[in-house]
Amino acid sequence: MNSIQELFQKKDKNLLSIYFTSGYPKLDDTARIIQKLSKSTVDFIEVGLPYSDPLADGPTIQDSSQKALENGINLDVIFQQLMPLKETNKTPLVLMGYLNQLLKYGEEKFCQKVVDCGIDTLIIPDLPMVEFENHYQELFDNYGLTNVFLITPHTSEDRIRKIDSYSKAFIYVVASASITGAKGAISNNQISYFERIKSMNLKSRLIVGFGISDKSTFNTACNYANGAIIGSAFIKDLGINGVDRIDDFIQPIIS
Amino acid sequence: MKSKFQPDENGYFGQFGGAFIPELLHPNVKELADNYIQIIESEEFQTEYKSLLKDFVGRPTPLYLAKRLSKKYGATIYLKREDLNHTGAHKVNNTVGQILIAKKLGKTKVIAETGAGQHGVATATVCALMNMECTVFMGEKDIVRQAPNVARMKMLGAKIVAATSGSKTLKDATNEAIRYWIQHPETFYLIGSVVGPAPHPDMVARLQAIISEEMKWQLKEKTGKENPDTIIACVGGGSNAAGAFYHYLEDEDVELIAVEAAGLGVKSGESAATSQLGEVGIIHGSKTILMQDEYGQIVEPYSISAGLDYPGVGPLHAFLYESKRAKFMNATDKEALDAAYELTKIEGIIPALETAHALAVLPKIDFKKDQVVVINLSGRGDKDLEIYIKYLEA
Repeated sequence: MNSIQELFQKKDKNLLSIYFTSGYPKLDDTARIIQKLSKSTVDFIEVGLPYSDPLADGPTIQDSSQKALENGINLDVIFQQLMPLKETNKTPLVLMGYLNQLLKYGEEKFCQKVVDCGIDTLIIPDLPMVEFENHYQELFDNYGLTNVFLITPHTSEDRIRKIDSYSKAFIYVVASASITGAKGAISNNQISYFERIKSMNLKSRLIVGFGISDKSTFNTACNYANGAIIGSAFIKDLGINGVDRIDDFIQPIIS
Repeated sequence: MKSKFQPDENGYFGQFGGAFIPELLHPNVKELADNYIQIIESEEFQTEYKSLLKDFVGRPTPLYLAKRLSKKYGATIYLKREDLNHTGAHKVNNTVGQILIAKKLGKTKVIAETGAGQHGVATATVCALMNMECTVFMGEKDIVRQAPNVARMKMLGAKIVAATSGSKTLKDATNEAIRYWIQHPETFYLIGSVVGPAPHPDMVARLQAIISEEMKWQLKEKTGKENPDTIIACVGGGSNAAGAFYHYLEDEDVELIAVEAAGLGVKSGESAATSQLGEVGIIHGSKTILMQDEYGQIVEPYSISAGLDYPGVGPLHAFLYESKRAKFMNATDKEALDAAYELTKIEGIIPALETAHALAVLPKIDFKKDQVVVINLSGRGDKDLEIYIKYLEA
């Protein structure tokens, strides 16, 4: 069974997921950040694979990715950093990157490395459904990997139903028409969108992301979904307060 | 049967193309994909498009026999004078067409990316004409090196947004335009080249195809034959080349030459010769050939010419390269500058720096006597005077 699916069997409300950019702030921070997040009882962790041209990301993740690349991060280093955690880390990991990284690294080689690291879930924001159907579904199935699809306020009901049928981990509910790092409170429009998705009674669990930054936005999202993802706000905090103070960021959100 | 140079139902030319876009752009891209061919082929569109091309843009553009250039290189060289279009380049063929499509789809706000500023100016121009709100994304580095076009865009009422990420050039301007589009899905993304997610590459190629459509009858008038022996065009993203090649793609006897910017030299590490330095990958929503490192990180290109300073190439061109239908050559900064001066001095035409790259391969080709060559003179050089003067003084 998929690791996130397994997690939902134990807990399926108020799940907190944290996104971080591997190789940021320092090249070798990856393992420490994962350990700290686990200790702070974050439910699952998204490991960002820094990319030079991240189209779905706002300035915060762009900057952290740029810094990480300057630090010397690359897929081989990331896999080396993640491999030893396979035995000790109990918090499910999800990899988030762009399709060109996988393409250039070699699709089969990439999938094998992911499996070797004990990871089974991927988020690739620029992998469209038609390409998934024509090629990647079979590839990922062969390696026991699951792709997470994103839905947005503009995704049609038909398409959401189709995405639901393909989803084995969860559906990533993009909170607004936005790139990552959107700011502010959750609007009434967003609430009615969340309500619409909730009322569709999908088989998949729902996790909200893009624009979730603090306790208030996290709680609102959790009223309509199984949990939420915080990315840019965490990266920002990491840049200011560093890896040692991670728990100070997490506790106010979950307490 | 459908031509192999037309995209399939998923927007692929061979293995290149597709629409690798975040889910948020799916409705926009689908709306366009479902409608663009029908709109372009409608009588209403054709009437308005052709009328604007004639009376607003000034088409047909002349096909000019460059006698002194011909004599120098021992061939019969024609220049397709896209530089004489309103706004000074071929870019306006596409913006006139796309603004009509935007109008038909009920859009009122337009965004665009620009490198040299020619597409930005052409977009700002048609937005002024159609009373639409216009925002142009331009790399910070290009804003400096193409200042006259920035001023023109502002005068035309466009808002200019500086792209400050990455290399601060065309690639980054395109990233920022796409990010803005994600956040404002009600806007129409008026893309400037045969790049981006399907159906943009095909749509832009169809709108630039007017160049080769005219070449056919103009050559027939002048030489008695519709087909030249060779067509030469510069390639950044590839829109002017796509237009100049379009109606000749199936005519295998016509040699097609695409000229890329070699910057300081193909192997210098400061180049934009994508076909020579690139590999298969995804950029701006399209699978194509692009300059990247071993981990798929996009490499920052370099060329003196802002319009060719791009690490990818449109998917049709990737297909033309792979299938060997087109021959890919390249020219360095210096070769382009020398070619610009040569054309200016012997034909009295100051070409754009982009166009100068197409001219710069003339000394590298061994022409047969009476070989009929058409060079697509994609734009004029007013915007490049500062760089030209600096070169002259150096």
